[in-house]
This record gives sequence, C-alpha cells and structure tokens, in this order.
Amino acid sequence: MSQSHSFDKSYLEDGTGFKSWFFTHDHKRLGVMYLWAIGIFFILAAIASFLIRFEHLTPGQTIVDAQTYNVLFTLHGAVMVFLFIVPGVAASFGNFLIPLMIGARDVIFPKLNLYSFWVYCAGAIIFLIALAAPADTGWTFYTPYSIDTGANVILVTFGVFVLGFSSILTGINFIVSIHKLRAPGLTWDRLPLFCWAAYATSLLQVLATPVVGITLLLLIGERYFGLGFFDPAKGGDPVLFQHFFWFYSHPAVYIMILPAMGIISEVIPVFSRKPIFGYKAIAYSSLAIALISFLVWGHHMFVSGQSKLINIIFSVITFAVAVPTAIKVFNWLWTMYKGSIELSAAMLYSLAFIFLFTIGGLTGLFLGALAADVHLHDTYFVVAHMHYVMIGGTVFGLFSAIHFWYPKMWGKMFDEFKAKIAFVLIFIGFNIVFFPQFILGTLGMPRRYFNYSPEFATLHQISTYGTWILGIGFIIMLYALLRPISNKAEANPYKSASLEWAMPSPPPTLNFEKIPTLTASTYDYGTKLEQEA
Amino acid sequence: MPFMKFVKSLALPSEMLPPIIEEESHFDPETEHSAAKLGMWLFLATELLLFGGLFAAYAIFRAKYPEMFLEGSASLDVVLGTVNTVILIFSSYTVAIAVSAIQENRIRLVKWMLWITIICAAIFAVNKYFEYSYKISNGITPGTDIFYSIYYAATGVHMLHVFIGMAVLGVLLKKVNEGRYHKGNFTAIEIGGLYWHLVDLIWIYLFPLLYLA
Repeated sequence: MSQSHSFDKSYLEDGTGFKSWFFTHDHKRLGVMYLWAIGIFFILAAIASFLIRFEHLTPGQTIVDAQTYNVLFTLHGAVMVFLFIVPGVAASFGNFLIPLMIGARDVIFPKLNLYSFWVYCAGAIIFLIALAAPADTGWTFYTPYSIDTGANVILVTFGVFVLGFSSILTGINFIVSIHKLRAPGLTWDRLPLFCWAAYATSLLQVLATPVVGITLLLLIGERYFGLGFFDPAKGGDPVLFQHFFWFYSHPAVYIMILPAMGIISEVIPVFSRKPIFGYKAIAYSSLAIALISFLVWGHHMFVSGQSKLINIIFSVITFAVAVPTAIKVFNWLWTMYKGSIELSAAMLYSLAFIFLFTIGGLTGLFLGALAADVHLHDTYFVVAHMHYVMIGGTVFGLFSAIHFWYPKMWGKMFDEFKAKIAFVLIFIGFNIVFFPQFILGTLGMPRRYFNYSPEFATLHQISTYGTWILGIGFIIMLYALLRPISNKAEANPYKSASLEWAMPSPPPTLNFEKIPTLTASTYDYGTKLEQEA
Repeated sequence: MPFMKFVKSLALPSEMLPPIIEEESHFDPETEHSAAKLGMWLFLATELLLFGGLFAAYAIFRAKYPEMFLEGSASLDVVLGTVNTVILIFSSYTVAIAVSAIQENRIRLVKWMLWITIICAAIFAVNKYFEYSYKISNGITPGTDIFYSIYYAATGVHMLHVFIGMAVLGVLLKKVNEGRYHKGNFTAIEIGGLYWHLVDLIWIYLFPLLYLA
C-alpha cells in the first residue's frame, strides 16, 4: 500500500500490478474486482445453461446423459445463485458507488472490505474444487437426496457457507458506512435511492445469511455424523430442511433484486430529466420488502404437506409483498411521465427491467395463490417466473448499471449504437427463451426433468433457439464494452445531479479532496447541486 | 476467522489514509469507535441468528419428542454443566473489568483480567472434553437420537465460538503487552469483550435447555 494518494491520479492509475489490486483497500478497486469475478461466473453458469437448453432440443438424449444433465443444472443454479447473483450488484456496484454517493473516502472498514473479497475468493475456489466430483442435487440441496447422493455435497455446501461470511461482512460494512459516513447535509431523506436499496439488502444479508449458514452446517453434520434432524428414519423431518433453507433463500431473492431496483431508481430520473417521483415511497418500500421477505418462505412448500392454515397465511403475506414492489414500479413510471426521455443503452435496460420484472412479479402472484400453485408447482412456469425476475430484473438492472456508470468506472466511453443492438438481441432472445416456458409449465412440463414428452418438443425448441439469439446479444454487448470508442470520459456525460458525477471520471483513489456538504437532494433536476468548496 | 480480521481491521485504519483525513470530520476516532461498536452489534445479531436455527430445531423436536428430551437431559452431568456455567459467567465479569480498566489506563489490571478470562475459557474447554469423551465412551454419539444430536450440534458450535473467543482475547492480550491499547485507543478491547459476552450469553441459554430440561 502506498502511503500517500494524489488527487490528480485516478484510482485506476494509482498503482499497477497484481499486488496493487489484490491487497487494495480501495472500495472502487474492490468493486471492480467483484464485477470481474461475478462476470466470469456469470459466463461459466451461462455456458452451463446453454448446454442445458441444447440438451432439450430433442426429447431424450441430445448431447449429454441424464447424470451429466443433473450436474449441469446444479452447476448452473448454484454458481448463478451463490457466486453471481447474491454477491452480484451489491458487492460490485455497492462497493463502487456507496462511498461516492454518500460523500466518503471509503467504506467504514476498508480492511474488512478487502477480507470480505478474499473470503469470496476462497469460497469460489472451494466451489471450483468441488467441481471435481460435482453435486447433482440442484442448487437447493434438498434432503433426503442431498444426504444420500454419492456426489460431493459437503464441499459445495462448505463453499456456500464460506461465501456467506463474505456476504455478512460486506453487509455490515455497508450498513455502518451509511450510518456513520454520510457527508454533512446528506440526511436520510436525501440519501440516494441506490443507497437505500443497498441498505435494505445489507440488512437482509446480515439477518438471513447466518440461518443458511447453520442449515448447511447441519447438512454437513448430517452427512458426516448422521445427526438425523432431516432424516425421517431417525425421527427427523426433511421438510424442516426446507423451512430452514427458505428462511434464508427467500429473503435472498430480495438480496438479489433490491440493489437492481436501486439502480433503476438512479437511472430513470437521469434519462427522464425529472426528479424522482415518490422518493420516500421508493425508499421505504425497500425496507418494507426487506421486512416482509422474512415472512413468506413457506410459499415454497405449499405442496410439502405443511398445515393448511400455514399455507393460507403464507399465501396472504406473499400477496402483500406485491404492494411495495408495485409502489416502486408506479413511481418509476410517474417519474418518466412528461419527462424528457433519452433512450440511452442504460435507460433501455432500465425500461426493459420495468417491463420484464412486472411480468415476473405478476406471475409470482400466480404461484402465491394456493390453488394455482398446486398445478404450477415444480413446473417450467416456476422456472420462467424466476428467470423473468432474476434475468429480466437483476441482470437487466446490472447491465443498466454497467452501461450507466461505465464512464465513471473506466473513464472511457463505449459505442452506444453497438450497445443498443446488443440490447435488442438480448431483450428479444430472453423473451423467446423464457416466454414459452410459461406455456410449457401450464401444460404440465416439470422442471429439472431430463426427458420430456414429444408434444412439448416445439416449445422446447423455440426456447432453445432463443438462447442462441441471447448468446449473440451477450457477445455483442461484451464487444461493445471491451472496445471503448473513446479513452476520455467527461466527469458527468449524462448530466446527473448525483454526487459520484461531481468528480473526475474515473475518480481519484480517495474520491473527495474535500468532503462535500450537500444542500439539496441529488434528484433536484433544475436546481443546481451546490457544494461548498 | 473473519472475526479476527474484523478486529484487526479496526486496529489499523490510519495506515491506509493520508494525513489529510485527520483534518476532516470523517474517520475521526469518535466515528471509528462508534462505527466499530455498531458493526460488532450487527455481527452479534448474525451470531444470534446462527444459533437461532439450533434453538428452533430444539423447540420443534422437543415438542415432538418430549420424553426423549427429558430422558436425554437427565443423563447429562448437571454438576459439570453448572461448574461450566459459573466459570463462563465469571469470565464475563473479568472481561468486563478489563474493558473498564483500559479506559482508566490500568494496563496491568487489563493484562491480569484477560489472562484470567482466557484461563476460564480453557477450563471450560477441558470440562467439555471430559464430558464429551465420557459420553462417547458410553456409546452416546451424535446421531444416537435427536436429543443427543442437538446436544452435540449446539454445544459443538458453541465450543467453536469459545475457541474463537480465546484466540481473539489472546490477540488482544498480545497487543496490550506491546502497548498498543490505552485510554485513547480501547475500541478493540471493548468489541472483543462484547464478543466474549455473546459466547457467555449463548451458554446461559444452552445450559438450562439441555441440562435442566
């Protein structure tokens, strides 16, 4: 670590070589490294999904056998969930943006932040080692199969356990940073909405992750010592595992989506040239989502034989989650109303988010309805719903962020035209892949099956063709992003009023030479953001 | 051990920041102290939820098999359990003295108190070792029945925390010996003490649930 940092040099130029990155305390470098890491795992898991879809091109065996197929969907699910989407937006853009947005030089515990990254790397390495004897349980590790299978469940679950530490420590860092490091004048009701979303996410990470930690420890104990908690032969109960697992994993889906919602709340006002509509409603709805998300886990178990009364209660609370979510969607739409909308690549991804996430959210209500769920449970309808929320939501939000903060992060400009072509392909391809899966699900195609009846062939094939369009879209997007057209970015190319744009692109290592004092909200388009020098 | 890193991360924040920081209102010692405490309390919340899973399992299975829990509980050594409870509560007292003593610059007292706390933790561990080995030699292992599985899982995870706590206190003691902590810099001792209180607190719940059921 160099002892002094110049404010003339950007964080990217401040030290070169492996050590200057791998031992850095700089939140921006850590954010960038997380972004690379999750990007690599996204590509790895995406390749698995392309193989899964290719396998479904014909009924019966197409390219891989049934066991390999089980391994592929487990790999896809586990890597996407634990290595890509849970750390995802929060660890990458959360790290990069939170100190910039709150007017701080770094997060409150910079060293802990680095350790969180190392723990993430350690978890990832354990995961990769486990690939030597890959698990075939699906990413949910449901008992009793996860106890009986000969595959390497212990190593994978231990990897998830380690990753959980990274998640918890990052969450603590963000919560304390937002409490303690806000610049003078940056009151809670001026806090950028991305920070509100990250705050709600961090609460979930801190409060939910330990429960999956103990669950996975017990699963390991179950395999090593035969504890019997989840084994009916010993008086245990496999459904207990599902309760424990979803007590974490349902809040975890909001860990995945909330930061993306924060991004949309930042991007929409900038490209509508209007103050955000319903600031407080959006801010508090993040907290409401976080709170309610702890009370809905049972909706994953409607057909597990749990009590009917409990089913009804979980169903009602599940419907309640739709309220704060819809509040966000309506406020985004109202922000755009009569705005001066500019369809940049970042804005396009945000608009697609609203469209696709609404489909994903509403189909979630189908699944939350008891009678409908009995029919749709464990079918492709669930797969389609989840991907509309996770890709249509989180991944599109992430792509929006990658395009929007690209000048700030890299100090370069990408080719908007190529990025928009990529967007069109990704948007169309995504819908071709997943919309037919809603229909497949209602027709009764079960998820995770290797084989299917010939009458499902057409829809399966359409879905598979979609992945090819999607794949080409991803490649063009990568090309557009990795081949910048200009090596000089303005400080504020999109004329945003938010604090991170009030400094050079890319920012110097310590962000602010003088800690700014805020006198207005960062969404006040029309009023000038004042900073005391 | 992330907790160790957590403690260390608090000890050296000035190293990575240039002098200009000291003129600013952020990252000043006051903020750092209150931030470290807030961070620690959040971490303690995660610990409670970790054990929360075990407590939930206990409640569910006890409701399902009340006789098994009564029988199992009767077979545990109440005397040894009580001794361990007293030892842990006493060690919480000594660590509390250490936290208040460092704020008065009574370094010798701090060293004594940290030593006593670590020794109490070691005695606890030795007692637990005899307890485990006696049970195992009688053929009672994890998986014998659900009660013993909970007994081993809960006390085992707690034992792990005792070891982590010993390591934390050991590092603190080493740094006290190096003269790193004093009246103006005691945050690490305070949050290390908080962690030790948590280890104690968890046991205060585990003891009656398991031994006095």
